[in-house]
Amino acid sequence: MATATAQPDERLATTGPVARLLKRPEIGALIAALVVFLFFALTTETFATPAGASTWLQTSSTIGIMAVAVSLLMIGGEFDLSAGVMTGFTGLTVGVLTTHWGLNIWVAILVALVLALAVGALNGFMVMRTGLPSFIVTLGTFFVLQGIDLALVKLIIGQVAIQGMSNVPFYDQPQKIFGSTFSVGGATIHVSVIWWIVVTIIASWILMRTRAGNWIFAVGGAQGASRQVGVPVFRTKIGLFMTTAGAGWLVGMLVLFRTSTVQSNTGIGQEFIYIICAVVGGCLLTGGYGSAIGAALGALIYGMVNQGIPYSGWDSNWLKAVLGVMLLGACLINNWVRKRAENAR
Amino acid sequence: MNHASKDEPTSVSTTEPPPPGTPIIEVQDLGKHYGNINALSGVSTTVNAGEVTCVLGDNGAGKSTFIKILAGAHEHSEGTMLVDGIARQFSSPRAALNLGIATVYQDLAVVPLMPVWRNFFLGSEPTKGVGPLRRLDIDRMKRTTKQELSDMGIDLRDVDQPIGTLSGGERQCVAIARAVYFGARVLILDEPTAALGVKQSGVVLKYIAKARERGLGVVFITHNPHHAYPVGDRFVLLRRGRSMGAFPKSEMTLDELTAMMAGGAELEALSHELSRDLGADSAIAQQMVADVAEIESAMDTPAEPEGRTRG
Repeated sequence: MATATAQPDERLATTGPVARLLKRPEIGALIAALVVFLFFALTTETFATPAGASTWLQTSSTIGIMAVAVSLLMIGGEFDLSAGVMTGFTGLTVGVLTTHWGLNIWVAILVALVLALAVGALNGFMVMRTGLPSFIVTLGTFFVLQGIDLALVKLIIGQVAIQGMSNVPFYDQPQKIFGSTFSVGGATIHVSVIWWIVVTIIASWILMRTRAGNWIFAVGGAQGASRQVGVPVFRTKIGLFMTTAGAGWLVGMLVLFRTSTVQSNTGIGQEFIYIICAVVGGCLLTGGYGSAIGAALGALIYGMVNQGIPYSGWDSNWLKAVLGVMLLGACLINNWVRKRAENAR
Repeated sequence: MNHASKDEPTSVSTTEPPPPGTPIIEVQDLGKHYGNINALSGVSTTVNAGEVTCVLGDNGAGKSTFIKILAGAHEHSEGTMLVDGIARQFSSPRAALNLGIATVYQDLAVVPLMPVWRNFFLGSEPTKGVGPLRRLDIDRMKRTTKQELSDMGIDLRDVDQPIGTLSGGERQCVAIARAVYFGARVLILDEPTAALGVKQSGVVLKYIAKARERGLGVVFITHNPHHAYPVGDRFVLLRRGRSMGAFPKSEMTLDELTAMMAGGAELEALSHELSRDLGADSAIAQQMVADVAEIESAMDTPAEPEGRTRG
């Protein structure tokens, strides 16, 4: 799972870099990403151009940030179905607080973060205290937040979309952090791509190189055993739910400051896409196995397919069918890769 | 449940083991009742450094209750428990662990999909670096795992393989080696041979002997007198929640041990099992069959005090 062992054993045939690579959970996603890229690059005009790349990178980035956070949670053995609606919830919070009540934009952003983390902690607390499956608990939070996004927002501002966001004082300050673009080799890259890369690197570091990462694998793989050897199960799981909620806040801000508006239905239906990306990236639905880089690659595949289909001139509604096939295919490949990993010792 | 709330796993004492024979745990009339149910009563024994105390009993005899008290999972409600001569009442497994009393449960507390070295240090991972760069000391973790396992006589090809790919006996030994490394002075083994075949059981018994040689006190829970007798120095027999006494090896033969433990039906099965393990024609098996009748008559002598039995 990590770097080469301290001292090699003479009974171990030297495993080449290829064999070692094949043991990684994200290998399937890496190959799939290359295939998808080559396919659209060769069959369409615009896909591999700088303009084309900036479009699918941007789509991948916001999905990717969420997928990476969700993959950590899934390795920890839980689901968060409220992750999608959280992106809308935080965006709407900032929107309503600033445009309707005139709160300072930085304060509003902070309030949204605190609210998101509180919802995440509540999710985790309910899962751990009630023993209910996180699928059910977060399905509940999902619907509650969806209701709030629609009903409460409509009650306060009388409509279901935030308007006049760009007239808010100091709007351009957070906009630089969350909504700006820059140019690389003729491609306009949205700052969310940087966030995506940073989040993926941090998540991978935590997962593979820190005690917290060890605990995430452990609580997802065998919760009872982890508790017996002194892993803080409760704290680890709460932290994971807060991480997905925090990622929801980050993506909420990225979307808000890119488009300077947010609708009440933002993020609804995205939660399963995050899970699909994580699974495509090698996460087991049952927990205890997976990779953050894999989830980022899963999101990259999603972004490329998402943009590649219209570039190819097909009806973009085919995306969903492709996603379904991808999910099933990924699960089969993951199964195979994992069996190889367990036997290749 | 008692969730660990500390940032750091409490470091355990790694002092040199006391000379063999020094009592580490002494229990006197230890008992536990849940409401009006007497799960255990009247257990008196000692766990000495460098000795193996075997706890024998059939299913429901109170073995689990006894080890749960020693391990800190349950508090005792009768009698006294002295650790290093000081009366103790454990409120959590962590409290027992801090005194160097480690328990290896039947499920071994391992995470099957994680590599051996990650499992070995799970919950007490060494780190290096500070602040955001604080990270696992992976080299040290792998090196130590390999070293500690080979010290216990377990020669793994690759500590990077998922622990789920090891055999039952090997996993058991990793769990034992882990407890020893983290400063255990007393090792409580909950039926370590229960799910294992004859050969694997032998491997585990070898490691129990090894742990004893290293000066650890071992509490070996089993329902198989044939596993207990070769490695045990002292035998505590439990039946229906009551102690039938603690006997040093010098006062007990394997036959007596078996007779005290088993009921009539078990005896039948036992002689059957023996003739299968050792071959029906072997001298020992023949002898055993002959002994069964003798033992059955010995059974009638009251080894079990009259009075309280739990319903």
